[in-house]
Amino acid sequence: MKKVGKFNVLQHELVAEHHVVPKKDEDKVLSEIGIARDLLPKISRSDPAIKALEEIHGPLESGTIIKIIRKSPTMGYSVYYRAISSEVFK
Amino acid sequence: MTGGISKRIYRIQFALLSPEEIRKMSQVKVITADTYDDDGYPIERGLMDLHMGVIEPGLKCATCGGKVDECPGHFGNIELAMPVVHVGFIKEIKTLLDSTCKSCGRIKLTEDEVKSYSEKFSQYSFSSSDPEIIGLMSKKVTDEASTRMVCPHCGAQQIKIILDKPTTFREEGIKVTPKEIRERLERIPDDDLQFFGLNHEVARPEWMVLTVLPVPPINVRPSITLETGERSEDDLTHKLVDIIRISQRLRESRDNGSPQLIIEDLWDLLQFHVTTYFDNQTAGIPPARHRSGRALKTLVQRLKGKEGRFRSNLSGKRVNFSARTVISPEPFLSINEVGVPEKAARELTVPVTVNIFNIDHVREVVARGPEPRDEFGKYLAGVNYIIRPDGRRIKLTAQNAEENAKRVEPGWIVERQLTEGDIVLFNRQPSLHRMSMMGHTVRILSGQTFRFNLAVCTPYNADFDGDEMNLHIVQKEEARAEARIIMKVQEQIMSPRFGGPIIGGIHDHITAMFLLTHGNPLFPEAQTVHMLSYLKLNRMPPVEVVGGKKFYRGRDIFSLILPEGLNLKFPSKLCSSAKEKCDFEIEPIDKDVYIINGKMTHGTIDEAAVGSFSGEIIDKIFRKYGSEEAAQFIDRMTRLGVAFISGRGFSTGINDYDIPESAIARIEEISQQAIDRTDKLVETYRAGQLQPAPGRSVEDTLEIEILSTTGSVRDESGKIASAFLGLSNPSVIMARSGARAKMLNISEVAGMVGQQSVRGGRLNRGYYGRTLPHFKTEDIGAMARGFVKSSYKEGLNPLEYFMHSIGGREGLVDIAVRTSRSGYMQRRLINAFEDLKVDDSLRVQDTVGAVIQFKYGEDGVDPTRSDKGETVDVDYLAFDLENEEVQ
Ligand SMILES: [Mg+2]
Ligand SMILES: [Zn+2]
Ligand SMILES: [Zn+2]
Repeated sequence: MKKVGKFNVLQHELVAEHHVVPKKDEDKVLSEIGIARDLLPKISRSDPAIKALEEIHGPLESGTIIKIIRKSPTMGYSVYYRAISSEVFK
Repeated sequence: MTGGISKRIYRIQFALLSPEEIRKMSQVKVITADTYDDDGYPIERGLMDLHMGVIEPGLKCATCGGKVDECPGHFGNIELAMPVVHVGFIKEIKTLLDSTCKSCGRIKLTEDEVKSYSEKFSQYSFSSSDPEIIGLMSKKVTDEASTRMVCPHCGAQQIKIILDKPTTFREEGIKVTPKEIRERLERIPDDDLQFFGLNHEVARPEWMVLTVLPVPPINVRPSITLETGERSEDDLTHKLVDIIRISQRLRESRDNGSPQLIIEDLWDLLQFHVTTYFDNQTAGIPPARHRSGRALKTLVQRLKGKEGRFRSNLSGKRVNFSARTVISPEPFLSINEVGVPEKAARELTVPVTVNIFNIDHVREVVARGPEPRDEFGKYLAGVNYIIRPDGRRIKLTAQNAEENAKRVEPGWIVERQLTEGDIVLFNRQPSLHRMSMMGHTVRILSGQTFRFNLAVCTPYNADFDGDEMNLHIVQKEEARAEARIIMKVQEQIMSPRFGGPIIGGIHDHITAMFLLTHGNPLFPEAQTVHMLSYLKLNRMPPVEVVGGKKFYRGRDIFSLILPEGLNLKFPSKLCSSAKEKCDFEIEPIDKDVYIINGKMTHGTIDEAAVGSFSGEIIDKIFRKYGSEEAAQFIDRMTRLGVAFISGRGFSTGINDYDIPESAIARIEEISQQAIDRTDKLVETYRAGQLQPAPGRSVEDTLEIEILSTTGSVRDESGKIASAFLGLSNPSVIMARSGARAKMLNISEVAGMVGQQSVRGGRLNRGYYGRTLPHFKTEDIGAMARGFVKSSYKEGLNPLEYFMHSIGGREGLVDIAVRTSRSGYMQRRLINAFEDLKVDDSLRVQDTVGAVIQFKYGEDGVDPTRSDKGETVDVDYLAFDLENEEVQ
């Protein structure tokens, strides 16, 4: 894998935390939030955050669940889940 | 709605109509351009042939035998003398011609390329793959093929085809006739069509060149008979007449061997008519017009745009049980009410289903007839129609009322006229937020207009300069319940936009509250009693006896309308900029409004307390006591305001802006100084001695310097002027209390208007190097660039007036541009969000069930109930508790 510059988007102040949910935990997460995998919000495989995660974890297959932790002025933080899409969004 | 679903749409296929198919679905070959004969009977094989359906009662369809409402209409067809291209497919035809060989018809790809691309295309199917992906692939392939100038298959030299818009193709300037185009398209083999994204089974490219034209059923283009008995045909029929006429002439000319030139002219004319038949706004050709000069509305115009079939008839339908009229104010109505004119109330009805519990009352109402009044001539609700269980409607008249009252049985439906207390929906367009449509209870009033409390102007964004509003009568019990529980005005006091009250006092309400409470004045007994007679209260404020006469304090009067137990402390708008002590209050403590246990003790009530958008008191009452109490407070506050200010009187005039000669001279002096300073700056700049500010050019620096000079002189003049305009000045009262206008506006009237600007900079456009020919070119002094040193009161000189108009124009253009743009943005947002829903677990999902948000807003907070976006105002809760303990 070619390194594209030194900058890691995930370390930027304005980018929410992105974590790969381990394969073994996926079912647990899905049952916790009570939803089928195909109904999860999608994230483009070309998303800079996915590219950055691939730098760490190696290639991620589509359907992999990404846990996103965002800062929230009312809640402190909020948790969001996305599944990697098989498509590249335009 | 009766009956079940008879047919379900399983799938839709988009394809091209082949000539054979057009002929097959045609019930008649139309050959005559005429419509009706002298007796008014449809001419056979004419455009109104009975085979295409019937629109006149009494006649029967020659195809299906159905009568007017039974026959769905049937297509006919016109055989065109010569082929013409279909404007809707011009782009496709161009690509097809560009990327195929003109002699052998193959796509201009080598065999190897054909093979490899075929493999790629075969992974996708027309019925299940994303058309967008096929489109993208096709674009790539055809782009490549179209650049080849020699055919890889037959070796023929290719000539570049140029599209002469809208419908003419040329090769080296020579026209390629539609006939030739069609022949070339015919030559393209089925196997090559996949590269164009065409499914050859249902879409052969030569079908894009028309040889037969379908004639739409008469139901689609009905003729109308005017009062004069004259018949007027639909625009489509007019267009079809043209097409048949020209086609006939073309056929005759061709058959008797007329000169090529004449034939070509007629052919072009036929192409024009067919093109405008599809789209009468095709770029590059003049629209076909009616005899009156009006452009014809043809197929595309019927569908496209705001007035088209989709937006006007399918997404937006007209409804019954609604009314529209001009609005006017009525301060004696509650915010929850709407005044409906009698005339409208008589037409609008509520369906009442008769049952054993209400039958006696219903019979009584039915017996009154359609226009009842009580013994004083006051409006009483009557009945317009009675609907029997079999669905038959009986029109109630004064004559048959008594008799019908006896016939009414449980199960019948009685359409009762509007009456006081009915819940209705009231709406003003543009409906930009949910408060644009709220539930009101009806008050029947004389007059011709809808009326409502002025506090409700804000959510509707209404004024009374001729605005009209719509009223909808809710027809079902469930809907009425929803309207009362969630749509009623009092339930909409809090705005979901900013978590504060959007309904509150405006203009005179605020002025009145200000005058009532500022300085806590004393009011004589008579005035107080008169004021309080406007309110339904059974108590008086505490008395203060001065010189043997009874007086009442303004703050005590105001306290009467506050709910018991309310504790509140907040800075008034008047003192919002004050730190320790406010210049406008005598006591430092009056900087803040204090309300302890429903009694106002300090401060001034103004916009910050009772205004819409900001009203702190309304906000806290709503939170602590609920919507009912908040609505009552607003009702009482607005009534008290009107009562007080109409007794006291309040007005402003031009002499309210009088300031002493010395002040005028001083303003004149400083404005002259500003002009001189500007000249000096320009001089320094011309001499090349102006030091540029960091990161800016010298020119920019000069402009900024001048702007700050003229800006500060305007502020300065404002200060000078307002020093003489105190809180006894009506305009100042309005500005300081937040009722209307800003101090800036006052200083523009009394002091100086100041620098005019366009896009944040001084005026600079117009003539070469100057704004007006009155100035020398390259004059960049103050006056030449839009500095207005006069005040509105003294008047602007012609040059200043012109500059001011330029500045003012920008605002108007801005508004015009902004509204149309934000309107379209809003439309797109609504279309994207309209089918999202929040379920009980606060999850936001679309209709498929795909999750949009796991928790509404990611925090589950309803912004309507939030405290200006924050979850809880802990400081206030502590303050409230503290004061409750004291009591
Ligand atoms: Mg208006
Ligand atoms: Zn028919
Ligand atoms: Zn060829």
